[in-house]
Amino acid sequence: MDRYQFLTILAGLIFSLGLLGVVLRRNLLVVMMCLEIMLNAVVLSFVSFAVRGQTLPGIAMTFFIYVAASCEIALAMAIVVLLVKRRGSLDLGAHQELKG
Amino acid sequence: MIDVFIGFFSLLAVIFAVLVLTLRQPMRCALALIAHMCSLAGIYAALGAHVIAMFQILIYVGAVMVFMVYTIMLLDDRDSSFLSPYSAKAAVCLVVGLALAAGLWLAIGHTSAPATAAASAIDPFTFSAFSLAFMKQYWFHFELATVLLLVGVVAAWAAVKEGL
Repeated sequence: MDRYQFLTILAGLIFSLGLLGVVLRRNLLVVMMCLEIMLNAVVLSFVSFAVRGQTLPGIAMTFFIYVAASCEIALAMAIVVLLVKRRGSLDLGAHQELKG
Repeated sequence: MIDVFIGFFSLLAVIFAVLVLTLRQPMRCALALIAHMCSLAGIYAALGAHVIAMFQILIYVGAVMVFMVYTIMLLDDRDSSFLSPYSAKAAVCLVVGLALAAGLWLAIGHTSAPATAAASAIDPFTFSAFSLAFMKQYWFHFELATVLLLVGVVAAWAAVKEGL
């Protein structure tokens, strides 16, 4: 197993841990953090492939993933604060009537 | 030596990701996530992708996580999700999550590794080479990214204003 295969497997492991957190945890904020872990795993795989191929597109894609993550977290935190103000709870079970 | 660094930071990244899953208090989870992101930055630095290591620290740890920490401090986290942090259907969730993870691992296992490219004369991951190439090839995407950031700010402001 070379360095890049190891990093791909590591990215899969980290993505799986994030996925487990999303389906297991009940706290809205912790679920958001687990989503960030999954996003980090994707970035890790992008970077390892880009470094392996010595190409720029993977690194450029990573930059745009960071921009999208910044937008996502700004919007998501605003929605989380509003939801908690309305229901008074960070528990996902308190927001079961949400559609979609 | 590089492989030792990558192995060390990989171990740290996995340990802190597990801590995010298992710790009860959201603030401790956030601190574990910050440590996880710093570990990933260490991996990127060991790989020679210094630009990405800097982005990881500046954007993720410096902006995204600080924002999340402020949100945690703003909200009262001592509710029912604090007393019982895992889903009531944790067993089903665990089985589904493990099945999805197993599928992912099988997909990775069946992927053949691409051939390693020959080392080019110019390393594209140094700051100067990256900046020049980025501004020559991706200037339009960069401008679009600024528009996306602006839309994100306006949308967050509108969401909060609508809810007040």
